[in-house]
Amino acid sequence: MINSSLTNSSLTQLSQMLANKTISSVELTQTFLNRIDALNPNINAYIALDRDKSLAQAKAADARIAAGNAEPLTGIPIAQKDIFCAKGWQTTCGSKMLANFIAPYDAHVITQFDNAGAVNLGKTNMDEFAMGSSNETSYFGGVKNPWDFDRVPGGSSGGSAAAVAARLCAAATGTDTGGSIRQPASLCGFTGLKPTYGVVSRYGMIAFASSLDQAGPMAKSAQDCALMMNVMAGFDERDSTSLNRTKEDYTRELAKPLHGLKIGLPKEYFAEGLDASVATVIEAAIAEYKKLGAEIVEISLPNTGLSIPVYYVLAPAEASSNLSRYDGVRYGHRAAEYTDLMDMYNKSRAEGFGAEVKRRILIGTYVLSAGYYDAYYLKAQQIRRLIAQDFVEAFKQCDVIMGPAAPSTAFKAGEKVDDPVAMYLQDIYTISTNLAGLPGMSVPAGFSNGLPVGLQIIGNYFDEARMLNVAHQYQQVTDWHMQMPELTMPKDVA
Amino acid sequence: MALSTEDIKKIAHLARIEVSDSEAAATLTKLTGILGLIEQMQAVDTTGIVPMSHSQDLVQRLREDVVTKTNQREEFQKIAPVLGNGSTERAVNNGLYLVPKVIE
Amino acid sequence: MEWEVVIGLETHTQLQTNTKIFSGAAVKYGAEPNTQACEVSIALPGVLPVLNKEAVNCAIKFGLAINAEIAPRSVFARKNYFYPDLPKGYQISQFELPVVGKGAVTIQVPAVGKHPAYEKVVNITRAHLEEDAGKSVHGAVEGMSGIDLNRAGTPLLEIVTEPDMRSAAEAVAYAKKLHELVQWIGICDGNMQEGSFRCDVNVSVRKKGSDKLGTRREIKNLNSFKFMTQAIEYETRWQIETLEDGGTIHQATVLFNPDTGETRAMRSKEEANDYRYFPDPDLLPLEITEADKARVQAQMPELPEAMKARFEAQFGLTSYDAASLTASRELANYFVATVDNGAEAKPAANWVMGAISAKLNAEEKPLADSPVSSEQLASLLKRIADNTISNNAAKQVFEAMWNGEGEVDAIIEAKGLKQVSDTGAIEAIIDEVLAANAVMVEEFKAGKEKAFNALVGQAMKASKGKANPAQVNELLKKKLTT
Repeated sequence: MINSSLTNSSLTQLSQMLANKTISSVELTQTFLNRIDALNPNINAYIALDRDKSLAQAKAADARIAAGNAEPLTGIPIAQKDIFCAKGWQTTCGSKMLANFIAPYDAHVITQFDNAGAVNLGKTNMDEFAMGSSNETSYFGGVKNPWDFDRVPGGSSGGSAAAVAARLCAAATGTDTGGSIRQPASLCGFTGLKPTYGVVSRYGMIAFASSLDQAGPMAKSAQDCALMMNVMAGFDERDSTSLNRTKEDYTRELAKPLHGLKIGLPKEYFAEGLDASVATVIEAAIAEYKKLGAEIVEISLPNTGLSIPVYYVLAPAEASSNLSRYDGVRYGHRAAEYTDLMDMYNKSRAEGFGAEVKRRILIGTYVLSAGYYDAYYLKAQQIRRLIAQDFVEAFKQCDVIMGPAAPSTAFKAGEKVDDPVAMYLQDIYTISTNLAGLPGMSVPAGFSNGLPVGLQIIGNYFDEARMLNVAHQYQQVTDWHMQMPELTMPKDVA
Repeated sequence: MALSTEDIKKIAHLARIEVSDSEAAATLTKLTGILGLIEQMQAVDTTGIVPMSHSQDLVQRLREDVVTKTNQREEFQKIAPVLGNGSTERAVNNGLYLVPKVIE
Repeated sequence: MEWEVVIGLETHTQLQTNTKIFSGAAVKYGAEPNTQACEVSIALPGVLPVLNKEAVNCAIKFGLAINAEIAPRSVFARKNYFYPDLPKGYQISQFELPVVGKGAVTIQVPAVGKHPAYEKVVNITRAHLEEDAGKSVHGAVEGMSGIDLNRAGTPLLEIVTEPDMRSAAEAVAYAKKLHELVQWIGICDGNMQEGSFRCDVNVSVRKKGSDKLGTRREIKNLNSFKFMTQAIEYETRWQIETLEDGGTIHQATVLFNPDTGETRAMRSKEEANDYRYFPDPDLLPLEITEADKARVQAQMPELPEAMKARFEAQFGLTSYDAASLTASRELANYFVATVDNGAEAKPAANWVMGAISAKLNAEEKPLADSPVSSEQLASLLKRIADNTISNNAAKQVFEAMWNGEGEVDAIIEAKGLKQVSDTGAIEAIIDEVLAANAVMVEEFKAGKEKAFNALVGQAMKASKGKANPAQVNELLKKKLTT
């Protein structure tokens, strides 16, 4: 019993237990590792585990706690999306291309967690190069949604999502290029935040679409996300797009009452395409906010529908170029047999990349090619500005924007695999915030047919602390975020 | 704009990805669907709108011209790919990465 | 049929920085393979570029030096293509918005045969910052190439001209001028053997009088001026012959083979490239403010054009001499130092361009290795000016100094070269000469001017060259006419 309550504890509770010496970091880490041993073979949330490394970090954390210079996350086991390079760890980005890649350096995010004394519990499964909304494009196999093993956890941060939902980590990191933190958070029923672009350094985070990629926390509650943000956020001179801002405490506004909060509801987020049962859950959540003293304003984000076409030009274009470095010359997959240089390139890349990644490389190559640049790439960048301006107008009328994070609950594995366009529509409510560079989060708001539904909260630039406050206050009066899937544990582990 | 399998092959060549004829045909169907989605953009009048490359209107930060990197060749070449074509050695020789002969 | 060749140049100058353009890896030439290839240089997954401040300063310097527009905002773009020496699969360069815009360079085209030297303005289209690629090394392993990424990411300024040049001589004069300028302003070491200064030459031909450009072929990577001349001349002939034989020129990239003196199309570049340029999302726009320009301007040395004008005005040098002295910053500095050490400007100019340059050329030495310092040269010239030695004697002193035989006065002393300026002594010599050469005296008196020079010669000879020639002239004239 102590074990399951441990794995279900908040970061604050765990931090206190470690400080009190109720438990050691080694014990806590071992508890999670045992749970992973028991459940991960079915869920497939992790690509790489390294017990020795994790336990060595835990031991160091215990020493640090004993020495009295612990930080809030010292000793806490965190799952890292396999998109972050971590020195000495297999770092695959969900691809055969990097299946044997042992990263020789640390991503900024990894360094930040190391400095905070957190334990790297393992590298989580993901859609290949973060391209997908169901985790089905991973070379290492799909991930089960802990609420229903027939369903997908969402993507691309599907492994982190399943790990948080199944309590296979205390919290996890994710990255979000078009919704890859928020959509799985919605589908797996936990709290996930994509910060303002530039708040978390991209150094060492394997690039998908550089102008859209942003890392963020995936955790059980808004409060946990705030503690994670305190570690992840911060200026890094190695990333030219990292923002040089004063360090902030993301927990500072958690307790603020919501009286007078103006919530904008974009009518486009409640139009055709939204599952009726999801709409019902979202409406109930909005009603809860009214009880907390919030005001509701109807707003419009007229270019929402264009966000998908714009995204599917810009993201593949950037990706086609970002993924050119995987050529089999210096690291990664090289074909076993080849006749000459051209053949080596063609085969290594054909073998190393999966179907969806190849598709996006081809789209990106096409839209950038001679004669099409203006009609596709330039046009998409112009509409990107229109989409960003929609938000500028909207935030003149409200403090935060709310709506669904995904149009439906978790869908069945295999359901959309052969229909990329249907898969892409999963991100209709999340993509525009990436295009604008705005922060967005998904907060558990209820269930539909036993499957979690996430409420999306979009804030203005750098309003993460405020958004976390808005989510936290809701989590003080609801317990959706405390719900966890029933998982059968083998006797000897529980 | 309708794509042909020939176009797919041309694009795949630019991207250095080998595609067989049957793969090209299958890819064509999916890419045509995606491009149909993308075509929606063409209905928008974007005259005079400045393209947006970055979400923040900031300028490039400059790095001081000071050497900060040390030689890590050994570390980096431990992860070099396997040479292939019958060899299980890593594709490095005397500190150089090995590739099939480059023809100028 | 009269043909005209049209030439434009693209020059890659490696900028003199300590580190790469987008990372803190060193850029020293000649290091062991891949020992200066950091995680950014080898393009590991997840790495990102950050722009080197010094590379930007170099670009600003160049823009100021050619009086060009310097873009208040320029943008880095990715040029996408696959090549083993290009680790990211794209080169970070500038495409639509380069850092340096239109400017101009004035060149001196030397005289060839009957054609006199002339000046010409070559317009610069643009100059942009970009990263260099690595190198492919052949022959280490049979059938394979070795890739060394030490050079990958070295900062380059690519300088592009309009197709303004009309002969190999003009193209080479431009290349030399540019080569000197980038060294003058300290942005490039100019070492062509090490590839610090590489020229791509675009050559096309057309019928004289036509205003339409012909199809061009690009000669890649010329690393000496001699090869540039040979390559352009061969390529021009080849294109004219091809057209006259009824053939057509296809756009191509060609290599020059110094052994055969011929150009040939590169096999790897046969297919049409589609570089898919787009703004690099990892880098933000580069902003250069008026204050940035002023800061760099303050560090700029006096430019050759300005120095040339000053030499003409301040020292009364001819335009030709002033241009020659400002052909390199080192030479100009040497000249100025000679003057600053007390020499008169005109003789200093003559000696620097004459004796010093001749010696250096003959011994293939750079000016920095000259055994005669500007201070020593000034001492020598002062001894001529104060009549201690004659010009002829000065040549002997110079020769001795060059060979390390000591300082000016010591050499004059040791060699007994001090000039005789004592009127009495010279008169005595002249009297002897007049007595011994009565025939010549008669000839002179009969109106034969040449005889006078012969008598001067005899007097100088009699003094063993030590008599002051001006005095000899004066006294001799006096004696003969009275």
